[in-house]
Amino acid sequence: MINLYPLLIIAAVLFVVLNLAGGLIWVERRLLALWQDRYGPNRVGPFGLGQVVADSVKLFTKEDWIPPFADKAAFVLAPAVVVATSLLAFAVIPFAAGFVVADLSIGILFLLAMSSLGVYSVVLAGWSSNNKYALLGGLRAAAQMLSYEVFMGLSLMGVVVLAGSFRITDIVNAQRHMWYVIPQFAGFVLFFIAGVAETRRLPFDLAEAESELIAGFHSEYSGMKFGMFFVGEYIGVILISAMLTLLYFGGWLGPVLPAPVWFGIKTLFFICVFILLRGALPRPRFDQLMSWGWKVLLPLALVNLLITGAFVLAGV
Amino acid sequence: MWSLLRSMWGVFLHAFHRRVTIQYPEEKAILPPRYRGRIVLSRDPDGGERCVACNLCAVVCPTACISLQATEDEHGRRYPEFFRINFSRCIFCGYCEEACPTYAIQLTPDFEMGEYRRQNLVYEKDDLMIAGPGKYPDYNFWRVAGVAIGDKGKGVAEREAPPTDVHSLMP
Repeated sequence: MINLYPLLIIAAVLFVVLNLAGGLIWVERRLLALWQDRYGPNRVGPFGLGQVVADSVKLFTKEDWIPPFADKAAFVLAPAVVVATSLLAFAVIPFAAGFVVADLSIGILFLLAMSSLGVYSVVLAGWSSNNKYALLGGLRAAAQMLSYEVFMGLSLMGVVVLAGSFRITDIVNAQRHMWYVIPQFAGFVLFFIAGVAETRRLPFDLAEAESELIAGFHSEYSGMKFGMFFVGEYIGVILISAMLTLLYFGGWLGPVLPAPVWFGIKTLFFICVFILLRGALPRPRFDQLMSWGWKVLLPLALVNLLITGAFVLAGV
Repeated sequence: MWSLLRSMWGVFLHAFHRRVTIQYPEEKAILPPRYRGRIVLSRDPDGGERCVACNLCAVVCPTACISLQATEDEHGRRYPEFFRINFSRCIFCGYCEEACPTYAIQLTPDFEMGEYRRQNLVYEKDDLMIAGPGKYPDYNFWRVAGVAIGDKGKGVAEREAPPTDVHSLMP
């Protein structure tokens, strides 16, 4: 008799995350419209919710075209990689105490590894498209994600030092008395910036940069392959929001309401902040992005880690 | 950094602003009276048709979408035998209205002219004619221009001045 409980959790996580990723299309368009004094999609179904279904039907019925000059294998592989890595990362995300697919003792490292593997998708897509704009987008994505990865990991180490564990459940439980956003505020800001850069969303969408590079790395993609990049981006947004919630805002901990609801509310809040960022901020120049990453944010992350370590050593 | 946060807050505050979208089919936009929409042919205050079939509108039309044939009634007044506007070509530039010497052809604030068949966009004189005088309620071209009555020409009857020789106005 095999134990069905883990399978059930896997199914539940996949169901919630994939549906949320699809629904985010609607959420994002409605929220952006709200902040731009418009309505957004409000015709299909109640509040325009049917727009999600309409969009996916459209994507599924579109011609799935592979350009003859493309490197076919890598071209097909690239969109799968981004969705697969982002979904794999959800294996270690606990939605509530015990409600987690795999409570690894190196959860954070696994998360970082998976979100770093996501860069392969972008680079492969840019390379295999055999299109100079796509290649430029891929190059930018590679440079951006490599440089922001570095201090993303370093900024998380402050939390790890305080909690004394890489296991995410332990980190959440260590926040019973105080959310880590208070002692680790600098780390939170750094991780937030790195997280936005990691999901390649505005203002860090230089890999895509529709006003400069057509659509960047996915210029040549159409139909559901493009849809996979889309879904992958939204899963990435959910992932980073969930990480922010778990590592800095006490995860599922909260009064009165049940644990998964608290987790959902906090995650949704950060998703909305992501969308607000997109609505409010302009895209930086590429050299500004790189020099910010290496000359400002990386030293700040190191200093933050140093001070946190000193406090922990001093036993305060 | 501060300006970034301030602009984010500013954008967030827009959540409480009024939305500017007009929900079109349910809610109509208010169009100004001089809006250049569907073209009509207007009538005198007396109810006669204003158009004298001078062809100026057809000549000035950049897309050549107006076609008409002039004819005369028993008093020698010119009027169009047919008057046809092809709205699938019309660009609503309003030149015809500017060219018209009798205020007959006018553009109205109506743009809801959608059709499923292209042929239905060709409007004949019956479709274009309206009952009233349009934007110029008191103007009557024949009162200004004068009319010949039977065998008496313009300005020949009692208490009438002869009409201005238009050629003397040339530069």
